[in-house]
Amino acid sequence: MTTKDRRFAAVDILLLVGAVLPLVFGIVLKILTNVPSEGITITGARVFFTIPMPIQDLPITETQVNSVLVMITLLCVCLYFTHGLTVRPHLKRQVIAEWIVKTCQKLVGQNMGEYFAAFAPFIAAIMGLSAFSSLLTLLGLYPPTSDINVTAGWAILVFFLITYYKLKCGVGNYLKSFTEPIVVLLPLNILGEVATPVSMAFRHFGNVLSGSVIAVLIGTALQGLSNLIFGWLPGVLGDFPFLQVGIPAVLSMYFDIFSGALQAFIFAMLTMLNISGAFAQEEYEARQAKKLAKKQNK
Amino acid sequence: MLELSIGIILGACALGAGCAMIAGIGPGIGEGNAVAKACEAIGRQPESKSAVTSTMIMGCAIAETTGIYALVVAMLLIFVAPNLLVNVLMKAIQ
Repeated sequence: MTTKDRRFAAVDILLLVGAVLPLVFGIVLKILTNVPSEGITITGARVFFTIPMPIQDLPITETQVNSVLVMITLLCVCLYFTHGLTVRPHLKRQVIAEWIVKTCQKLVGQNMGEYFAAFAPFIAAIMGLSAFSSLLTLLGLYPPTSDINVTAGWAILVFFLITYYKLKCGVGNYLKSFTEPIVVLLPLNILGEVATPVSMAFRHFGNVLSGSVIAVLIGTALQGLSNLIFGWLPGVLGDFPFLQVGIPAVLSMYFDIFSGALQAFIFAMLTMLNISGAFAQEEYEARQAKKLAKKQNK
Repeated sequence: MLELSIGIILGACALGAGCAMIAGIGPGIGEGNAVAKACEAIGRQPESKSAVTSTMIMGCAIAETTGIYALVVAMLLIFVAPNLLVNVLMKAIQ
C-alpha cells in the first residue's frame, strides 16, 4: 500500500465522518434540549437563542440548525461521490455519481429545453436539499421543510427567477402582459403572479407538516389503545405500549419516505415548468435579431 | 364570565378548523378522477405508462393545492388563533 493509496483512504474516511457527524450532532442536540411532555404535543421549531439586532431580534431555531446540518451532510456526500474521478470509471461511486448527473440533465433537458441546460445543478440542489430535509424525520429530528420560512424562501427565489426571465423580453412587454387579454383583468393577473410562490411554498410545507401531525396523532392513539387492551397485564408489561411497536413504521413508509421524496420531485418539477414557461424564447430571439440588425445598419 | 368567553373562543376555533377541512372533499374527488383517467390511459396504451404516471403525479399535486390551503387555515386556527384572540380579549378587558 503506497502513501498515495493511504492518503486516498484517509480522505474517504474523513468525508464519510463529515457526512455522518452532523446528523449525530443533531440527534445529541435534540436529546440534550428535549423537554419531556405528556400526551399530544405538536410544536413548531424550538428557539435555541436569539441574537439582538437593530430592527428585529434574530432567533436561531431548530430549523436553521437542522438545515445547516443537512447542507454539510449533502456537501460531504457529494465530495465523497466525486472523490477520485477518472476518465475510465474504476470506482462504483463514480458510476452512481455519473448516473445521478445524467438523470438530472436529462430531466432538465426534457422539461426546460436546450436554452436552460445550465439549470441542471440548481434543480438537482433544490431536489436534494428538499428530499434530505424531509427525510430528517426518519432520525427523529425536526424537518426544516415543515417550517413555512424555509419553503417560502425557496419559493421566493423561484419567483425572482420567473420575473427575471419575464423581464428578458423587455420591461414594457412585461408590464403589458398584465393587461392581457383585457385591461379589466389587471388585478386578477397580479394576484395570479403572487399566487405561484405562495402555492408552491404552502404545498410543500403543508404536505410535510400534515405527515408529522398525523404521525403524532396515530402514536398517541395507539398508546391509548394498547393501554386499553393490555392494561390488565401485571407490572411493567401493563404499561408497555405493544401496539406502538412496528405499526407507526409502516405509516412512516408513506408519510416520511414516499411523501418526502415526492414533494421534493414536485417542487423541482414546478420550478422547472414555471421558469421555462415564463420565458418566451421565440420573442426573445426575434428581439435579439432586431437589435443586431439595428446595430449593423448604423 | 371570562372563562365563558375564553371557552367560546377555543370552541369556535376548533369548529372553524373542522369546517375548513370540508375543503378536503374537492381534491379527493379531483384526484380520484385524475387517477381513474390515468388508469384508463395506461390500460389502452401500456407502453406510455411512465409518461402518464409522471403527468398524473404532477396533476395530482396541483389539484391538491386547495386542500393544502384548507389544511394551512385549519392549522392556523388550531395553533395560532386561540393565543392571538385570547390576548386580544385580555387587552380589551384591561
